[in-house]
Formats: sequence, structure tokens, C-alpha cells
Amino acid sequence: MVSIVTRHNISISGQPGGQPILFAHGFGCDQNMWRYVAPRFENEFRVVLFDHVGAGNSDPSVYDPQRYSSLSGYAGDVVAICTELGLRDVVFVGHSVSAMIGVLAAAAAPELFAKLVLVSPSPRYLNDDDYVGGFSADDIYDMLESLESNYLGWSSAIAPVIMGHADRPELGKELTESFCRADPSIARQFARVTFLSDNREDLPAVATPTLILQCANDAIAPVSVGEFVRDRMPNASMVLLNTTGHCPNLSAPEETTAAIDQFVRRSAPALR
Amino acid sequence: MTSSGGEALEAFYEALLDDDAEQLYDRAPCGYLSTAPDGTIIKVNQTFLTLTGYRRGQLIGRVRFAQLLSAGGRIYHETHYAPLLSMHGQAHEIAFDIIRADGSRLPILVNSVLERDPHGAPMVIRTAVFDARLRREYERELLRAKQRAEDSEARATALARTLQQTLIPPTPPAIPNLDVAAAYRPAGDGSEVGGDFYDVFQIGTGDWVVAIGDVCGKGVDAAVVTALARYTLRATTVQHAEPSKALWTLNDVLRQHNIDRFCTVLLLRLRQTDGGWTGVISCAGHPPPLLRQPNGTLHAVGKPGLVLGVVDAPRLHDVQISLLPGDTLLLYTDGVTEARSGKDFYGEERLAAVAARSVDSAEGLTSAVLSEVLKFQADRPRDDIAVVTIRVPV
Repeated sequence: MVSIVTRHNISISGQPGGQPILFAHGFGCDQNMWRYVAPRFENEFRVVLFDHVGAGNSDPSVYDPQRYSSLSGYAGDVVAICTELGLRDVVFVGHSVSAMIGVLAAAAAPELFAKLVLVSPSPRYLNDDDYVGGFSADDIYDMLESLESNYLGWSSAIAPVIMGHADRPELGKELTESFCRADPSIARQFARVTFLSDNREDLPAVATPTLILQCANDAIAPVSVGEFVRDRMPNASMVLLNTTGHCPNLSAPEETTAAIDQFVRRSAPALR
Repeated sequence: MTSSGGEALEAFYEALLDDDAEQLYDRAPCGYLSTAPDGTIIKVNQTFLTLTGYRRGQLIGRVRFAQLLSAGGRIYHETHYAPLLSMHGQAHEIAFDIIRADGSRLPILVNSVLERDPHGAPMVIRTAVFDARLRREYERELLRAKQRAEDSEARATALARTLQQTLIPPTPPAIPNLDVAAAYRPAGDGSEVGGDFYDVFQIGTGDWVVAIGDVCGKGVDAAVVTALARYTLRATTVQHAEPSKALWTLNDVLRQHNIDRFCTVLLLRLRQTDGGWTGVISCAGHPPPLLRQPNGTLHAVGKPGLVLGVVDAPRLHDVQISLLPGDTLLLYTDGVTEARSGKDFYGEERLAAVAARSVDSAEGLTSAVLSEVLKFQADRPRDDIAVVTIRVPV
């Protein structure tokens, strides 16, 4: 049995006795997405970073298509990470699809989580009657094709480098080059699970104090979707970041850090 | 050449090109655009406008690069391209589709670099855009071919697995007044079927056939011969009462099929009598079975004959035996006796020692032999193992 640290390429920094803050990356890349944000919390928190199975430097041998055919498989991993590392009173920060993974994890094990920070969340990417997710089914298939075209450059020859060598740190340099690359078949399934899931019904059940970080111009998760999440969750507030794109952790790390900082260091529960 | 000649040549080339920086930019053989860090287009060249059909005024300061992409491309832009550019300062050979002014799609390949100011803050993104229509069509064909190949492989794997299942010897049928048990374990990790087989089937009332055999080799070719041997024996034992005759027919079939494989077979014809059973045994190159009597005495029965598939009309013998209440007959393949642990063979002596212990059922002896042999070679048998035990109840 591979240890959970190897399985998820977990890295821990900051204060060993501090409150844990767990950062989860979204679809496409890996824990490096938090490079400009996570270190800012090391002075007070126990900072925990990980890669989802199939991404970054996780152990690809534990990828089970059945388990990861829905977001609840990924949510189960988040709960397992907290449980096996003995993390309690956790601040969970999830970007993009990991926002909903965090919602599912908090629904499954609410006692583990103190606060949720949902960065660019969307509970449903597809338009559906009155709900505007931003995409049609055709758009999603177009995206899957785009993935295929871009994985042509991915060859099995470089797979061993990409797909994890936790036991060979000298490969670390090449591994940074593998950022945003993954086994095409895993990426394809993760893309399907990400963009075809519907977690709107899961929102009302999560009463954990929640902060939504919403970019002003996000082509993937528009402002109306962020507001939808805020309105459906019983204990959520939203901060609008004046930035373009889906990744404020990269495009606006200062504002992102400040907003999280204000939310997590505040002891009173979040209010609208 | 003199230096003045060199200058003249340079001037000549200069005149030929008639290039200035403006032309180098605008008429470059690729689209070229510069954007603010948020993607807003701030400068484009003529080639990009020609490729896409937009007018300069429609783009500059008004549109972000991602907004020109197909919806799927926009997602890829946000989830891969933008992070890559932000973290590594460059992104290479990214495939997108641009939606042109007339609504049509243009497949492109993109290289981008991110320029930062002296303080490290993102300043400008420069992007080269290449028309990739023909390449993309070819890539689509490759992808389709890859998809077909993967589908074929999946089907072939499923088919092989199904066929292997059919080749695994069946659980022997229940025979009135006879206790029968069998075990089969393919070589290696047990996932591939090899050449050992056994079969137990009825000819008439109180009239049964037990066969055990070993086709040399492994894999598909061996499995084909194994199947051939099994159904040939089922057919030919109906015609021939003497096992040796049935084996001759199998030998003829193997010879006629021009199969370059031999096989060993032990064929036993069993008939019920008033007090027990009589058997007729013929061994074609196969280890003789062990007969254990109730007092624990053991001896091999049958007379050795030639393997099948090598010569026409091999010398074979029929030997009659009696099986009385309490008697046990142990049939096995050489995967048992030739099992190895280092240089040591499991051997007939170890087998005899297991068989000599008290036996209360066919199943008990069969599983004792199998587990001992597996344990002897640390659960990784190098050859198939087949065991059939028959016992006359007391």
C-alpha cells in the first residue's frame, strides 16, 4: 500500500502545531498553482499542498477509473488526507473544480472543516433551463477535442518522467516542465467529470463558513455563477476580485491572498 | 573577393529584400500579436488579420485573445495555457481553433512568451500564430487511427480472456459411487492458460472416461492443440473401447493437422462392477498414475507408451486395473513432479509422501497435492499443474 503522502505528493510546511490550511488545485495543473499564495500562510498555519491522483507528481498507479468517475471519489481523497494526516479544524482552499470537491468533502465529513474558501467555483458548467453555467454540451465536446489535439505532443516516452518519481528527487527539474501535463486518458476523464458534473443540489447542505472568491472577468465561471453558489450555501459570502481569467491565484495573487487572509484569520463565523 | 566587392553584394541583397522592420512584422509568414497580461490585444500584424478576416480596429483594445477562440479552446486557455504562461513565461505548440470574422473556424498552433518588467510584473504577452489546417486534419486522422487501434486492442483482450475461460478444464461431473476431484493451475501468476488439460465424461451407464494430458508449450498455439485433443478424445472414445485405440486416433489427428507439437495423454476407461470399478489405462508419454490402497501402500500403474504427435502408430499399451472400495487413483501432469525450487525438483518421492498419508476424500488429496506443489515453488509455478483424483467410497 502506497502511503498517502506519496499517493498525493503531499508537501507540508509552516507551523507544525498551527491550524491546517489545505490547498487543492483544479483541473489542468497541479499544486504549483498555489506557488504565489500558499507560502503567505506559513507564518501562522500548517500549510498542506497535494496533487489530485492523475495530476502533477501524484502516483498514477492508484488511478482507478471507477473511483474517479465522479467528484465524490476526489472528495473521498480530501477526507482521507485529513484523516490520515490527523488534520482537524481544517481551512480548505479549493480552486475551480476543487471548490466543489471541497463542498462534497465538507458534506461528507463536516466535523473536519472549519472554513471553506472556494476560488472560482462552479457547481454546473452546462446551461440548464434558467440556469446559465456558461457552456453548452457542444462546447464541452469541443474542449475535449482541444485536449486531444494538445496531448498529441504528449508521448509515452516522457510518461515515466511525468508520471511520478517520488523516489527519485533528481527528476524534480524535469517534473516542473511537466506542469500542466498529464496522462491523456486520465486528463480526458477528469475533464469529463469536471465539466459534466452537477453539484447544485449539494450546496445547501454545507453550513461550514464559506468564502467565495470570484473573478470579475472569468470565461469559465461567470459572476452570476459565483452569486448562485453564495445564495445556495447557508453560510457563504463572496468577494469580487478585479481580475481577468479563471486563476486569480496566478493573475492576482496579492488580492487573493488578502481576501483569504482576512477570512481565515477572523474568528467569528462568516456573515453575508 | 575584395572588401568593396563584399559591400556591393550586401547592398544587392538589401535591395532584393527591400525589408524594413515594419514589413518584417506585418508580412511575417505567421500571425503575430501582442496582448496586455490580461489578454487584451494591443498590436497585431497584417498576416493575423488576413488569416482571421478581422479589421485592426475591431481587435485593438477591444478584444481579449481568448475571446477569439472556440468555447472549448477558451476552457483550455484558462486551465492550461494561462497557468503555463504565468508559471513558465512561455507556452509552445498549443493547439487552438480561432473563430474568424465570418464565423468559420481556423485551426492554429500558438507559441507565446510573457515579458516581465524589471520588477518581475507581467508586462506583455507576445504570440505567434501559425495556420494549422492541414496539420490538424492529419492529426485528426492519427487520432481516429489511434482510437481504432485502442478499440481493437480492447476487443482482442476481451476475446482472449473469454477464450481462455473456455479452455480452463471444467469442474468434473458427479459420478454415482465414485468420488472425483480435480485441480488446475496455469503457470506463472495464473492469468494465462497453458497446455495442461483434463476431462471427465460419461459414455454410458456405469461407463466413464477420465483423461489428463499436457501439450508441450504455452500460449495460443498450445491452447489450440489442447482444445483439439479434448474434443477429439470425447469423440473417439465413443467408438473405441480400448484407450490405446482412442489415443491412436488422436495421434492420427495430430499428425494430419501437421501440428508441430507433441502431447502426453493418460486415458482411463472406467466401468462399474458389482464390488467397485475396473479400469483400463493407456499412457502416451504421460507419468503413470499412483494407486493408493486403503492400507497406505502405493504403486504406479500402467505401462509407458510413446508421446503423441511425433510418429505414426506409436507403441501404446492397455493395462487393466481393479479399483476396490477405499482405493484412490491419483493422476497428475509433470507440472507436479517437475516443480522446482532452485535446483531441487519436487519429485515423485515428495508426491508419494503426500499420497501415502491417510486419504478420506478425492478433494482432500487433490488440494493437498496442489497446495504442497505451489508452496514448494513459492506460489509461482513455472509450468501448468493439473491433478485428478478418483476414489472408490468405502
